[in-house]
Amino acid sequence: MATTTEIQPATLSNDEILRYSRHLIMPEVGMEGQQKLKAARVLCIGAGGLGSPLALYLTAAGVGTLGIVDFDVVDYTNLQRQIIHSTADVGRKKLDSAAEKLKAINPFVEIRKYDTRLSSDNALEIFRDFDIIADGTDNFPTRYLVNDACVITGKPNVYGSIFRFEGQASVFATKDGPCYRCLYPEPPPPGLVPSCAEGGVLGILPGLVGVMQATEVIKLILGAGEPLIGRLLLIDALGMKFRELKLRKNPDCPVCGTHPTITKLIDYNEFCGIRGEETAVETGVPEIQVEELKRRLDAGDDLFVLDVREPHEYQICNINGHLIPLGDLPKRVHELDTSREIVAHCRSGVRSAKAVTFLQQAGFKKVTNLAGGILAWADRVDPKMPKY
Amino acid sequence: MKILLPTPLRQYSGKQPSVELKASTVGEALSGLVSQHPDLRRHLYNEDGKLRAFVNVYLNDEDVRYLEKDATPVSDGDTISIVPSIAGGKEVDGLSNFWIAELNCSCPMRCCPACCC
Repeated sequence: MATTTEIQPATLSNDEILRYSRHLIMPEVGMEGQQKLKAARVLCIGAGGLGSPLALYLTAAGVGTLGIVDFDVVDYTNLQRQIIHSTADVGRKKLDSAAEKLKAINPFVEIRKYDTRLSSDNALEIFRDFDIIADGTDNFPTRYLVNDACVITGKPNVYGSIFRFEGQASVFATKDGPCYRCLYPEPPPPGLVPSCAEGGVLGILPGLVGVMQATEVIKLILGAGEPLIGRLLLIDALGMKFRELKLRKNPDCPVCGTHPTITKLIDYNEFCGIRGEETAVETGVPEIQVEELKRRLDAGDDLFVLDVREPHEYQICNINGHLIPLGDLPKRVHELDTSREIVAHCRSGVRSAKAVTFLQQAGFKKVTNLAGGILAWADRVDPKMPKY
Repeated sequence: MKILLPTPLRQYSGKQPSVELKASTVGEALSGLVSQHPDLRRHLYNEDGKLRAFVNVYLNDEDVRYLEKDATPVSDGDTISIVPSIAGGKEVDGLSNFWIAELNCSCPMRCCPACCC
């Protein structure tokens, strides 16, 4: 039995006793465990893909105080996996949408809303009022911020992350266990390889991983079972294979090692190599607006429309462009005629800007980028076209 | 022995999830891998030919950093896993959630986690 979080029990009302009866009749939880759950204060970072199942199950299980940090608004494309939000919530703050659902599930739980972006300025103060932090974020700067703040405040970091069909879960920053930096001392540099086709996540995957995080949180509160401390669980949803890797506490870890060099929170955007307002869009390539393209195509101008998206995107919607995915362009450039006027497009204009730059370097003189990509076309030329 | 590749790297291995090869050390196995699939090289190694810091290599369930690194002996039944750091879900100002993705993207739609375009 591994107890990493000491929580003093709270008392239960008769309604609560009935509600949690399936826990209470289980010796591993029992009255004492349920009282510990009630006394526990858990902070979820993010109310998105991972945060949805996490918050729903922790609330249902009777965790007494649940904090949520989120500054985002529910988007239509979130609904495929962020199951705490419903269609009617599109446009609402995720915090409000989530709090409403959680209250409906269990009015005995105190929901604390933090309508803010977690930052080096507020993390320590927010973390102070919680016993366990569950990291449901989706970007490297916040991952390192959560980790370092957990180490500094001595709170366990229940970690989960997902990408397409794969997930990872672990428990970091416990007293004797490794932290996220022991595993990944430094983040990948930004823009190492442009790979636009690599997006997406299978909708159930955050459910799978978020529920694992919830399980770990509850085990930590109860002091039951074997938490994922010093172990990295790898989840392959396609193969439905679960593997486990050993993690070691790195004595040279800059934050949790024997001689830490990071003793307060730093600028995590800078640490992750993210430079302020710099954008990939402003590449200065010549552009054409969608209305102009439409007018010229209708007029029968000799334009070659080059679509640099992936085949599966082409299937969603297209404007009859010649499809050469950006990554294939170097080896398929011979399919293009340097003498013709080429209009390159992608979804929103970023990949095609790269394509234009590439083609210019390859000696093409008459290449322009469709500003705003096929999304702009759907918005301003063909409203019937689906967007994605 | 077998080298398991994470999904995002499979586009550089002809979509193969794993590669079987013969090697006597971890270093030999990895160089065998990148000579079979040269596109993988720059994803795994930096300009100085050193393994990138955010790429973790495991022999079975042990981090090779805590074994003998590249010199760690391997035998036939062993499995090497390449474990990249992943950040998660999606969006948040178009920031990357995987190390091969691109960061400085300002797409207002924020709907593609890798680069929003």
